[in-house]
Amino acid sequence: MRPALHCEWTKLRTVAGPSWLLLATVSLTVALSAFAAASARHAQAGPGLDLTRLSLTGIYLGQAIVAILGVVTIGSEYAFGVIRITLAAVPGRWTVLAAKAVVVGGLALAAGIVAVLGSLLAGRLILPGHGFTVAHGYALLSLTHGPTLRAVAGSVLYFGLIALLSLGVATAVRSSAAAIGIVLGLLYLFPIIAAVVPDAHWQRHLQQIAPMTAGLAVQATANVHSLPISPWGGLGVLAAWAAAALLVGALLLKLRDV
Amino acid sequence: MSTTPAPYRSNLPAGGGGFLQLLHAEWTKFRTVRGWMVALVVAGLLVVLMAYLATFHHQNFVQAGPGSPVVVAHPFVPLGPSGEAVTDTFYFVHQSLQGNGSITVRLSSLTGLIEQSSGSGSLGQGHSQGSSSQTQARPGLVPWAKAGIIVKDSTRQGSAYAALMVTGAHGVRLQYDYTHDIAGPPAAVSTASARWLRLSRFGDVLSGSESTDGAHWTTVGSIRLAGLPQTVQAGLFVTSPPLVPSRVFASPSASSATAFFDQVSLAGHWPHNTWSGLGVGAGSVGAGTVTPTLGTGGFRQAGDTFAVTGSGDIAPAVGDVGYTPYESLQGVFVGLLMVIVLGALFITAEYRRGLIRSSFAASPRRGRVLAAKALVLGAATFAVGLIAAAIALSLGDRLLRATGNYLYPVSALTELRVMLGTAALFALAAVLALALGAILRRGAGVVAAGIVLFVLPSVLGASYLPTSAEQWLLRLTPAAGYAIQQSLVRYPQVSYAYTAANGYFPLAPWAGFAVLCAYGALALGLAFMLLRRRDA
Repeated sequence: MRPALHCEWTKLRTVAGPSWLLLATVSLTVALSAFAAASARHAQAGPGLDLTRLSLTGIYLGQAIVAILGVVTIGSEYAFGVIRITLAAVPGRWTVLAAKAVVVGGLALAAGIVAVLGSLLAGRLILPGHGFTVAHGYALLSLTHGPTLRAVAGSVLYFGLIALLSLGVATAVRSSAAAIGIVLGLLYLFPIIAAVVPDAHWQRHLQQIAPMTAGLAVQATANVHSLPISPWGGLGVLAAWAAAALLVGALLLKLRDV
Repeated sequence: MSTTPAPYRSNLPAGGGGFLQLLHAEWTKFRTVRGWMVALVVAGLLVVLMAYLATFHHQNFVQAGPGSPVVVAHPFVPLGPSGEAVTDTFYFVHQSLQGNGSITVRLSSLTGLIEQSSGSGSLGQGHSQGSSSQTQARPGLVPWAKAGIIVKDSTRQGSAYAALMVTGAHGVRLQYDYTHDIAGPPAAVSTASARWLRLSRFGDVLSGSESTDGAHWTTVGSIRLAGLPQTVQAGLFVTSPPLVPSRVFASPSASSATAFFDQVSLAGHWPHNTWSGLGVGAGSVGAGTVTPTLGTGGFRQAGDTFAVTGSGDIAPAVGDVGYTPYESLQGVFVGLLMVIVLGALFITAEYRRGLIRSSFAASPRRGRVLAAKALVLGAATFAVGLIAAAIALSLGDRLLRATGNYLYPVSALTELRVMLGTAALFALAAVLALALGAILRRGAGVVAAGIVLFVLPSVLGASYLPTSAEQWLLRLTPAAGYAIQQSLVRYPQVSYAYTAANGYFPLAPWAGFAVLCAYGALALGLAFMLLRRRDA
């Protein structure tokens, strides 16, 4: 396993693409978060707004870049035929996939930590200037606040799980473009479809199994009981999606010719 | 001596064929990849399937009266003089006016009540009778609460009118025929500063003027109501629309307003010379469910002093009242996502396999290759989008009517614009993805960029992103193009959550579409330039 890990780490480290993607993940996440915080006004929002969740809005965008990273980790090997060399060097195919999962998951977590903390810091700096002050019943965003810490830790894990989900899908379909379409479709279209379904009962069920809606429930710090799913339970749903994608990808990798 | 043989010359025409051959070549490339054709058809089918999901509602029931049978129908929505859906619910203290005349009043107080939010169910689907008066209410005046004097064709809902009023927070206004609004002085009314209003009829012309002391009058406006009958209903009115919440997902709270009028003086021929009160719209089918009301209102008279309470609105209908063609096109996001993948693959697959070199060798003028690709892709996706939109619109229309939902009256021209606009959205999204593909040459990045640009702004609308930020995204990103699907009109004189989720876009239909076209042109131009400069 160690040589396989070292091999995958070298591959990702020595091409320019992944570092640009990680940089884009961090900067786009923080930028959208700051935009969301900068356009919020206490006069319009009134009391009871979930500031932590607002400050982490950038994840909606950042996850798309993390998904690209997860997809190209194996998709570009298929595109250029490198996968044959990889599998000749490390014939244990599950070992290869596991090594890729560890490396890309770790990179996504690292980018996630910077992106999430940067977003929270942006919210902490911007929001008090827009009326979200202690006088109006809003505490300063802080990691010492239990639910905020949960939201931050959960959001970082969310990034890691998105990378694994993307890796699994790309392994299964072997084309980067199709894989990113499937992953972003799963993430973005579920909530749109859920909103369209007129039946409230079905709507709730769709929100409970949608990877993005369920996974981002972990960001909630207010009205947790009115959510369709509990914070950690929701992240568990996303983990189940990622595990299923990796499993399907691993089985197909094992069974198919490259 | 032997002569050297003449070198071989091909009999084929020089120049690698014309643009038509190029189009044919690109069409063959597109047509013969089975996965792409399947994806294109599936994209169309998903749009139709989503139309079915979005419009297959539970049936709506209404009951015309306590003893009447319950039928599948929607609450009654009156139509205004020019055929638009309107809300026409208010308390009317009226009598007949024959011929020309005028009414002058002094308005000395305007106060209101707002229903306490109790998390009541969704609007428009209820089947309750009228409005319940047991709900809790707190004092408060909504910004568009209206009290004043009105001259109306008849007491029928939707009939022509002109009204001069004091509003909760928008000063004195002269409004007529539901969609028209003329602003007067911005002052509010209170016991300390009463306000005189005068509305006069002379033929078809109605003039409103206002005064702070009853002696010095300023004209608010003069308007013409063509076809006003000889005898009209005129008098005092009060109404108060629901308070629109600042949060996207909260439901509006019903409200009511109470106004005190005194020094009511009449000029002209008022044959009955007695006032009678009427809750206009209170007896209609499903009253209070379309525009939530707080009680049906009433009035008390002591000499020439009147206290009038009313709830409802006299305005064009907005939002929740009914559905628009937009409702049937919710699946466009799903279709667009697949079309974006297709557009990206149409060129990045050639880069990936090195086929692009053969394409450019066969047709060295690279711009023409890109143009041919864009035309083939645009035409194919436009056709699929048009067929899908046409089926989705007629299916949605039929299902919504069958389940007793109200559909806004939409002109044939608007419906055509929505249908063709949806097809154009498909084509432009595909071509934009194609151009991005020529620029970036990496499938994954192009698909992600396309999806983020077209789908993410709509997803963010349901997130915690503030509405103002969402509106900016819908102005500045290619998602502005969705405005072409809007069939409702935004009225500044009606408070409502004018968000994309409710079918309202910040830009006018053609302006939003122009933004999308500009993005497409920019990307194609950049792709054209890079294709010429870079090695393939």
